Amino acid sequence: MENLNSLTLAKGRDLLQSKDITSVELTEACLRAAEGGGALNAVVHHTPELALDQAAAADSRLAQGDAPAMCGLPIGIKDLFCTKGVPSQAASCILDGFRPEYESTVSQNLFDAGAVMIGKLNMDEFAMGSSNETSIYGNAVNPWKLDDKQLTPGGSSGGSAAAVAADLCLAATGTDTGGSIRQPAAFAGIVGIKPTYGRCSRWGIVAFASSLDQAGPMTKSVRDAAIMLEAMCSHDPKDSTSAELEVPNFEALLTGDIRGKKIGIPKEYRLDGMPDEIEKLWTDGAAMLREAGAEMIDVTLPHTKYALPAYYVIAPAEASSNLARYDGVRFGRRAQLDAGDGITEMYEKSRAEGFGAEVQRRIMIGTYVLSAGFYDAYYNRARRVRALIKKDFEDVFASGVDAILTPTTPSAAFGLGDMAEVDPVQMYLNDVFTVTVNLAGLPGISVPAGLDGQGLPLGLQLIGKPWQEGDLLNTAYALENAAGFSAKPNNWWSSL
Amino acid sequence: MSIDTATAAKVAKLARIRVEADALPALADEFNMILGFINELNEVDVSDVEPMTSVTPQRLKRREDVITDGDQQADVLSNAPDSREGFFAVPKVVE
Repeated sequence: MENLNSLTLAKGRDLLQSKDITSVELTEACLRAAEGGGALNAVVHHTPELALDQAAAADSRLAQGDAPAMCGLPIGIKDLFCTKGVPSQAASCILDGFRPEYESTVSQNLFDAGAVMIGKLNMDEFAMGSSNETSIYGNAVNPWKLDDKQLTPGGSSGGSAAAVAADLCLAATGTDTGGSIRQPAAFAGIVGIKPTYGRCSRWGIVAFASSLDQAGPMTKSVRDAAIMLEAMCSHDPKDSTSAELEVPNFEALLTGDIRGKKIGIPKEYRLDGMPDEIEKLWTDGAAMLREAGAEMIDVTLPHTKYALPAYYVIAPAEASSNLARYDGVRFGRRAQLDAGDGITEMYEKSRAEGFGAEVQRRIMIGTYVLSAGFYDAYYNRARRVRALIKKDFEDVFASGVDAILTPTTPSAAFGLGDMAEVDPVQMYLNDVFTVTVNLAGLPGISVPAGLDGQGLPLGLQLIGKPWQEGDLLNTAYALENAAGFSAKPNNWWSSL
Repeated sequence: MSIDTATAAKVAKLARIRVEADALPALADEFNMILGFINELNEVDVSDVEPMTSVTPQRLKRREDVITDGDQQADVLSNAPDSREGFFAVPKVVE
């Protein structure tokens, strides 16, 4: 059998359980693809020995009939997750050489479910970015290309998106603080879901903005997202915000039947200057859901335009606090000190050398909005606006709406380097449709829904009610079926 | 409110990030641009709104105040840039 690495999780699972293939064979195919995919710079730490050990263990579990959901399936793990004994540096220089002595809860859950890790995946430094251009490892590259122009796979989970779209692994973990799963999924033509805040444990995931961060799967299909999300979720006493709720069998909820569902179309997401192609994709998506039996309802989310400014107070504030731990003392990199340097010089030099420009910028903005005299004017005001944004969604859901349909991004993938000369705020606008979902703690999923005129993938986002990922995945499944997106990028990257 | 280079220097100091003096004007400009964007929040009437503390209304869990972990000195120190005799080592703190 050829190209085992291009299988979906669901298909791979079925072939493993019917003994048509072994996990070792499947894993070797992914390891070869990952090794030959260096031009994408998606895999930044390869772990072939670990992967083959895990695959052999999975094969014996399969032989014994003890085959949990992910048993024997090769995946990639975003560099933000701490993985025991394997470099985990959040794509930052300041964590150079860091090898955790522990395993994040989400990666442990995946391993317990039998998953195989082929390596750690590229990302923006500390998950701060929308193009994977702030990484210490260099840019990840989108497998989708425009002639000879290299495109961003989005960010921050850009390596995850590139690896899955290029079939270097069957699926990958991502994390999403303002859109970091959904935007790269849209740019690479794959599925990505950010679950409700509290579904996945944050323990062992390098923290960016703790009230917004959530892990989720990035996959080749909605079914795969359901399979992998279930394996990732759990109640975890080590994360005080982890929800004490049963995790449903999400895959069993995929009926594709959305008759009678009410889907909201928020008028505030119709931006001035939005490309016609995005507008058309959105209209087409609504038509598909209507044809599948859902009812489209115009809704209003009046505080939408304040979501990005609120986010750029709250996220940097939390980051400035979370990233205070990188001090050159307990782990990570310490700057070379000059004679006579004391502890303050050690902190200041280590952090100046260890953090990249965007991370420094956000830490300092966060420091400013939390500083005496500005805390009320900026931080508390942003938290009040956040409450209003959440209430907008609550009002819409209270009116009987089951899910909300929007574009995932305001454009298709842009060129690497295209945003180098613009101010940081322009880059922040990438998250205009996704960031509201983090502020409100809701589940959101991006589904590839079409190609633009240049042949690049575009995604539609569905936003669900808290804890209703099952229903949301089912609506996404209906959209996926109707859109019938099956395009794949031409393989230009493989050196094999 | 506009940020001058003195304020930028103060913020850098508070954040414990060394910024050379010649980089301060550009940093101040960046702060001003981002704060200009953030200042859109002033348009919103928030007079009767409480600041959000948690997206899910919940009381944070409490646990018994007992020791549940420990005896991992080697693991704790394994990633330290400098450690000696079971301690993290840092430059002299007290003169």
